[in-house]
Amino acid sequence: MALLEVRDLKVVFQRRGERPFAAVDGVSFDVEPGQTVGLVGESGCGKSVTSLAIMGLLPRRGNKVTGSVSFEGTNLIGLSDKEMRDRRGRDLGMVFQDPLSSLNPVIPIGLQITEVLERHRGMPRKQAKVEAEELLGKVGIPDPNRRLSEYPHQLSGGMRQRALIAIALACRPRLLIADEPTTALDVTIQAQILALLAELVRDTETALVMITHDLGVVAGLCDEVNVLYGGRIVERAERHELFAEPRHPYTHGLLASIPRLDSARGEKLLPIKGSVADNIPWDGGCAFAPRCPNALDVCRSSSPDLEGDERLLRCHNPVTPAVAAGEGTR
Amino acid sequence: MKSKKDKLDDLAAASAGRSLSGEAFRRMARSPVAITGAVITGLFVLLAIFAPLIAPKDPYERSMQGSVQLGKGIIPGPMPGYPLGVDDFGRDLLSRLLVGAQQTLVVGVMATLIGLAAGILIGGTAGAVGGWVDTVLMRFVDVLLSVPSLLLAISVAALAAKPNQWTVIIAVSIVTVPVFARLLRGAMLAQRSSDHVLAATSLGVKRRTIVLRHMLPNALGPVIVQATLTLATSIIEAASLSFLGLGDPDPSRAEWGLMLGNASSKFLDIRPELAYYPAIAIIIVALGFTLLGESMREALDPKNRR
Amino acid sequence: MLRFIVRRLLQAIPTLLILSILVFAWLRLLPGGPAGALLGDKATPEKIADLNRVLGLDQPIFVQYFKFLGRILTGDFGSSLASGQPVLSEIGFALPATIELSVGALIIAVGLGIPFGYLAARFRAGILDNAVIIVTLVGVAVPVFFLGYFLQDNFAELLGLPSSGRQSSGLDATHVTGFAVLDGVLTQEWDAAWDAIEHLILPAIALATIPLAVIVRITRASVLDVLNEDFIRTAQSKGLRQPTIRRRHVLRNALLPVATTIGLQTGLLLGGAVLTEKVFNIRGIGYLLAEGIERRDYPRLQALILLGAVVYVVVNMLVDISYGIIDPRVRVR
Repeated sequence: MALLEVRDLKVVFQRRGERPFAAVDGVSFDVEPGQTVGLVGESGCGKSVTSLAIMGLLPRRGNKVTGSVSFEGTNLIGLSDKEMRDRRGRDLGMVFQDPLSSLNPVIPIGLQITEVLERHRGMPRKQAKVEAEELLGKVGIPDPNRRLSEYPHQLSGGMRQRALIAIALACRPRLLIADEPTTALDVTIQAQILALLAELVRDTETALVMITHDLGVVAGLCDEVNVLYGGRIVERAERHELFAEPRHPYTHGLLASIPRLDSARGEKLLPIKGSVADNIPWDGGCAFAPRCPNALDVCRSSSPDLEGDERLLRCHNPVTPAVAAGEGTR
Repeated sequence: MKSKKDKLDDLAAASAGRSLSGEAFRRMARSPVAITGAVITGLFVLLAIFAPLIAPKDPYERSMQGSVQLGKGIIPGPMPGYPLGVDDFGRDLLSRLLVGAQQTLVVGVMATLIGLAAGILIGGTAGAVGGWVDTVLMRFVDVLLSVPSLLLAISVAALAAKPNQWTVIIAVSIVTVPVFARLLRGAMLAQRSSDHVLAATSLGVKRRTIVLRHMLPNALGPVIVQATLTLATSIIEAASLSFLGLGDPDPSRAEWGLMLGNASSKFLDIRPELAYYPAIAIIIVALGFTLLGESMREALDPKNRR
Repeated sequence: MLRFIVRRLLQAIPTLLILSILVFAWLRLLPGGPAGALLGDKATPEKIADLNRVLGLDQPIFVQYFKFLGRILTGDFGSSLASGQPVLSEIGFALPATIELSVGALIIAVGLGIPFGYLAARFRAGILDNAVIIVTLVGVAVPVFFLGYFLQDNFAELLGLPSSGRQSSGLDATHVTGFAVLDGVLTQEWDAAWDAIEHLILPAIALATIPLAVIVRITRASVLDVLNEDFIRTAQSKGLRQPTIRRRHVLRNALLPVATTIGLQTGLLLGGAVLTEKVFNIRGIGYLLAEGIERRDYPRLQALILLGAVVYVVVNMLVDISYGIIDPRVRVR
């Protein structure tokens, strides 16, 4: 049994007077202890909604979650607010995209860490402070004692993200979800934060779900990668396989649209046509068909299934390995 | 003072680059609040225009003066021909209320227009010119903002040796000048650094054209919102001045604020309706303008764009 | 922090200076000029000329201004035309009544405004929320003086509350500070204290309506804003208990704009007090002002306008400073 087993997770948003919209449409994946799993896709593909659904952080009204999210054998969906609250921060931690807006601006960093320790580990304030200082040191913040009494705006962007990671890891959760943790940061800081995450996860055997639109992040960190499109997983593979041999035209397109230093000069980048706004629902055809260079007639009439054993693929007309080798990895 | 300023700047900046666009209008057309406000305002304006035609009697004719005995506390109530009764001079109350809509609208609109014109002149100049002109003008505006509004209106109205309708209008309008000036300047500043103005500048468009064609129209959204809200407060403030004895001393004029100010201090125990009817009229109209203004503000707010 | 406070204090000086220039100019805009204003109805051209010489109004304008400034800085506002007393002592005598009334109104406005605003936001679009929105919209549309008379006429008798003045005539309460309630408490004349409170209830309600409506609306909007913030989601992701999230994360942030609003409304209370005190016959600052208008008592009006503006500027300064204390972001800027 895996640590986290997501099965057929569906999140349907229903706003009054509008047609229901499935942001996540039957997503299944497993995460083993110590494993890092990536959820990759453009904005609007359902990756963030998936993470919020796992954490039970979706707004109370206006959505319906079905399927199961089994964490150590307990289905998190359908747990009461209180039971979920007991697990969040203790068993499940989360790191968000924008570290500045994700930290409370008017209370000191220290309190934002100690309050988790007090809540879940029952520490008295004094002991929690000592622990918080240690945590800040562990995530690479210099002079942690001074930082405890400082406010978020006094820290740099990278420091804030480190503090947010310290908060998420304060109670040594077994699963950490990182939702675009480096998107709001400078490139040099991005690498540092990723290295820190990789190190912490390795040292503590924490499972990590990495949510990103950036294939560079995936390449450096993830063991297994799920590519999402229109609320469904379209391809899943082990990291090296995915980069070496992308099979889904969407994955292929994502890789081909990254500029490469070793490509011939004058060679054109191959962007994916259109954007997610062109999305059509999956019923009655492949959602990616309107943007797909490989689209056949069948793609517009029947929706492909997710097939395969180790590698999974949802496509009627995948990219052949030869073409992939010729274009994608040159 | 700081936050009042900041709020105006925020409002101005929030809608910088956005006019009362079709999208905002469509959103308003779906909002029950906006519709209620528009209907009340529309009816009020229609009433104000056609009041002299609708009014059953001459609102100034003291036709029932004989049956009013203030000494004994008698002001006749409803009777045939006078559905709401008469006022302390024996004039038909219904007709006075109807015609009062016109006078009240005149006070509200004139006060707002004068304040708006002066505010646009000051704020627009400060925003478009910048530099020391901006500093001096805004310092002045800030000081005006730092006087409580009713106190400012009182001090202006008290300057007049003989108060009349226009001293009230001017007193009320001066209170709104700094508000409009700040708002317009904020919007112009936000505009000046906005991309489409930079684009126009880089294309070599003349400064005057940029200000008039690109900056002013886009700054108008928040100004229209504020003007609508100001209509409501002006009417209420004018009533307060009347109550304090700074209004038109001619007690015959049919204006709601004047009628209310007069009746609530003198005749509440004899015939409370003399105060209640104009009060209700003022409350409804002020509510109408407020609803309309607030829903416009909401429709223009980029936070609500999805 | 100290530097922030000092800087803020210094910032108020130019505002106050410009204000003094405006009031100085105001006096010269009066019909008949300052001398005419001082003489009131008794003004004749000869008397005005005489007085102009006495007052030094034939001197250069900036000399006059500095003399004016010197006088107001030493608290000399001249004598009231209505009472013949120095304006400053008139004000000193009337101030406690207005402060008492304002404090009462603030207690009502803040005490009801914050809880109702918060609850409306928490149960957004519910019955309470809609009711609160409607009541606040109507609240700002009702002229204060009308509301005063309305309460006086309909509720005084019903609730058995006095509708006029500060104290019942039968009570001979000891005068210590001039604050009727405080005096009653200090001298342990509990019946006098309670009587003074009863006298405050209706006028305080009338005066409180507009600040109450504004505070409710700002609180509601502010709480809604904060509930949408990312850091609330972070707090949820930590599994904190709801009361902790509400108190430490929602309220703490949401009350920042509310604090500013309370300050602004406090500064504006004087305007409402003019109307309320006239209606309820309370001899406070507002009453002085209303009477001053009726009698065209310009020395008194001048002092009161200056006082009102100075109070407003000072209150706003205090608000800014307290903002700096509660919001760490302002301090370091």
